[in-house]
Amino acid sequence: MKSVFLLEFFSVLCFVLLSTVTAKNSEDIRCKCICPPYRDVEGQIYKQNVSLKDCNCLHVVEPMPVEGKDVEAYCLRCECKYEERSSGTIKFTIIMYLSILGLLLLYMVYLTLLEPMLKRRLFGHSQLIQNDDDVGDQQPFANAHNVLSRSHSRPNMLNKVEHAQQRWRRQVQEQRKSVFDRHVVLS
Amino acid sequence: CRLDLSQTDRYYESVYNPCEISRVYISNQCVSSATPTEEMNGAGNLMDFLDEPFPDVSTYEDFHTIDWLREKSRDTDRHRKITSKSKESIWELIKSLLDAWSGWVVMLLIGLLSGTLAGVIDLAVDWMTDLKEGVCLSAFWYSHEQCCWTSNETTFDDRDKCPQWQKWAELMTGHAEGAGAYVLNYFLYILWALLFSFLAVSLVRVFAPYACGSGIPEIKTILSGFIIRGYLGKWTLLIKTVTLVLAVSSGLSLGKEGPLVHVACCCGNLFCSLFSKYSKNEGKRREVLSAAAAAGVSVAFGAPIGGVLFSLEEVSYYFPLKTLWRSFFAALVAAFTLRSINPFGNSRLVLFYVEYHTPWYMAELVPFILLGVFGGLWGTLFIRANIAWCRRRKTTQLGKYPVLEVIAVTGITAVLAYPNPYTRRSTSELISELFNDCGALESSQLCDYINNPNMSRPVDDIPDRPAGPGVYNALWQLALALIFKIVITIFTFGMKIPSGLFIPSMAVGAIAGRIVGIAVEQMAYHHHDWIIFKNWCRPGADCVTPGLYAMVGAAACLGGVTRMTVSLVVIMFELTGGLEYIVPLMAAAVTSKWVADAFGKEGIYESHIQLNGYPYLDVRDEFTHRTLATDVMRPRRNDPPLAVLTQDTTTVEDVETLIKDTDYNGFPVVVSRESERLIGFVQRRDLTLAIKNARQKQDGVVSSSVVYFTEDAPQLPASNPQPLKLRRILNLSPFTVTDHTPMETVVDIFRKLGLRQCLVTRSGYDRSVSQIYLEILEIQVRRRFPPPSSLKELEGILTEEWLQIPLETIHKLYESIPQRIEAVIAAKSRRTPYEIIFC
Repeated sequence: MKSVFLLEFFSVLCFVLLSTVTAKNSEDIRCKCICPPYRDVEGQIYKQNVSLKDCNCLHVVEPMPVEGKDVEAYCLRCECKYEERSSGTIKFTIIMYLSILGLLLLYMVYLTLLEPMLKRRLFGHSQLIQNDDDVGDQQPFANAHNVLSRSHSRPNMLNKVEHAQQRWRRQVQEQRKSVFDRHVVLS
Repeated sequence: CRLDLSQTDRYYESVYNPCEISRVYISNQCVSSATPTEEMNGAGNLMDFLDEPFPDVSTYEDFHTIDWLREKSRDTDRHRKITSKSKESIWELIKSLLDAWSGWVVMLLIGLLSGTLAGVIDLAVDWMTDLKEGVCLSAFWYSHEQCCWTSNETTFDDRDKCPQWQKWAELMTGHAEGAGAYVLNYFLYILWALLFSFLAVSLVRVFAPYACGSGIPEIKTILSGFIIRGYLGKWTLLIKTVTLVLAVSSGLSLGKEGPLVHVACCCGNLFCSLFSKYSKNEGKRREVLSAAAAAGVSVAFGAPIGGVLFSLEEVSYYFPLKTLWRSFFAALVAAFTLRSINPFGNSRLVLFYVEYHTPWYMAELVPFILLGVFGGLWGTLFIRANIAWCRRRKTTQLGKYPVLEVIAVTGITAVLAYPNPYTRRSTSELISELFNDCGALESSQLCDYINNPNMSRPVDDIPDRPAGPGVYNALWQLALALIFKIVITIFTFGMKIPSGLFIPSMAVGAIAGRIVGIAVEQMAYHHHDWIIFKNWCRPGADCVTPGLYAMVGAAACLGGVTRMTVSLVVIMFELTGGLEYIVPLMAAAVTSKWVADAFGKEGIYESHIQLNGYPYLDVRDEFTHRTLATDVMRPRRNDPPLAVLTQDTTTVEDVETLIKDTDYNGFPVVVSRESERLIGFVQRRDLTLAIKNARQKQDGVVSSSVVYFTEDAPQLPASNPQPLKLRRILNLSPFTVTDHTPMETVVDIFRKLGLRQCLVTRSGYDRSVSQIYLEILEIQVRRRFPPPSSLKELEGILTEEWLQIPLETIHKLYESIPQRIEAVIAAKSRRTPYEIIFC
């Protein structure tokens, strides 16, 4: 689990660094000028892809709606703002977020719906109930340690993963009991 | 053994009052290698480190408090080991350097990860909030603002409209206007909100129940030394991040600031596990977590200094100077990381950054203070009502249906929020609009003033104007939004999804502040001949800034709820980036704190801590009881006598029955039942583990084996089973007070030293003369400067000082012996140690 998180973290980090260093997509900068109504000219918003030093009314407002002598008065009222974004980061973030959410939802559906069904089909009804009782009877907070010491015995990789998963599920069950059923924490 | 006294002293002085430095630390410095006298070792060390501890012996059970003194002494010990090893080889030297740097590395990593996660959350929330209303056709991952980024179709009147962005009704039916489209949009808005909140609550329920709530009360408790296993785990981190986005974008009246602190603390805990220095020492881990909390606030508000102060003022329990530096570093790194992600496209860290520099006037302090009073009242109302509701949830049937509750509240919120434009959008955007002053370019309804047609002033300086119909319209809507927010926030905070409190509180304050601001502005405009306005508000001048009132109101309401003062003002000051408004903000924050304190001393976090019954000794609490330690200690007069172990007569079976029959966290060890002189204290968990370990691994240990805590095994006949030595788990210097110690002092000792237990002894008269000698000796050795650097030197100094003790002192001691013996006889030669069980 740790390695997955670290990997995730570093991939995000690398991406952020990369996207800030390299990709200045031409669409990612804009100079936005808002010009209020002036005499008979209506208010207007102008957007241009120009660099920071060119971000002023004279470069951005095209075509100029007023005559030569009024340009200065008109431009004085306009407010120009230079803005940057990173479209790559946004795209990456949203897609990554959605895929993580999707995976979690799939796993959730598996844990809550599919697995009990599979178990029921494999082991029959009785053992499932017994299993539930077993968990319920355990001492309130002390079992994490027991589970921990129990999981040392088997060296097999697959077993290890399974044990880790079992341990995690026990812990979550404990948490669920203390938060949702007994209301001892976080109420 | 090297006595590095000056350094340790300084370290502890920075934390505690110097008179509380007990001699414990001094002799602890030279425990493991040969000490000059055996007595000195026995007199002083906290833990006997001669033997390798058992696995797990240093850890604590879930829902228990840690022993700060023990953690500290273990760290000192570890540090000393590394320092002495580093002289052996280059590799060890490098290792020691790496160890010294690991604190900063952890801070760097925390800053990077929490900044990144905050950026991800911001971007995703931005997108998902807009998803409730429509979708960007050109690229679905863009939010409304990003979708129309380069579009030239936007007009001055309809600034955020562009063909690429389509509302759901427009996309489905082709009609953008009309009643049918409105109803369809309304319906889909509610549906999306319900979907988001349902996903959030079910993810929390299935994967990480600890991810719900704001997290700050629990983090406060954890930082004060409580253990909640899994609360800062990896799954909590993942689920909290994912569900926070869902919860915020579902439009519920909650914010992401509190949960971000929790997320940052999870990051801290994650990186702690990479370094044994932090992963194996709960005390050191809490230093890192304090810094992580600072990083969390830093990214939530874009306020690094405010974050550090928040950690110091609100959440931390033990905050040494070293941590101050580190948390500042972590907060800066986090803020910089978030800044480089640039989630809002405005190079700012928060959406509601404000920038105005209009002055304020003395007379405006009156409305500011009134806003402070409002903030205090809101804080009181909120805390009382929310706690009452949470208690109901905790104790009645309501708590049985967390998913239904979330769905119901979301449904009500969405149904009521959509018709009002001020509650429909995200709360951050609302605050941003309320904070911002009306320039000539603003298109919002709030800025619908009647303009003078021949006004020709530069943009920045717009005089006060009469309000147009739009403003009056907006005022009504804002008033409705205020009532709605006040009511719904009470029911939202504490539901089983990640929910922060800062943003809704600030929204309530900002709405109230803006309403007051507009009222004052209009009053000043229409009545500038009144005596109060005459001095500072000429006609045609810009004298009232309604945005500033909104900001002051937000600060007041946040202060009323959380009872922050300094950190709140600094956070607000970092949000505005100007020093001008410190006085209004302080006036409002302090007033709101006073008003709220008048109705109840506790902030929302302390109230929630109390509601849940966490063991938390607030540093700010004052005790005024006139009681003594003897009045509160356990066992009480009519209780059965105290459960104790004897140093060399108890058997393994006795110990096991004792553990089974009682639920004390530890047992005092005495010389024998008759004399009951205290030797030390042994923790229940250590005892259990040690016996279990010995039964498994050590041959010859059976139920009738004698457990002994002395240095040498007791003389037993050969036929007896092998005895079990447990001196290594014995704490030889338990904290003791006499039975006549006032309770204030005892509470202070508990609070400042972070004790778990304190033993009460019936007067300390029976100390032998030689021990007192050693004490004097030690005090004198301590005064020497520079401290001795080698064992030889120490020995020399000890002899020298021994000779220097004036004869008079010795005589006095001898003379006092009869007196002491009398006292002992008076106490019936019994010195009964009691255990105070706290909390």
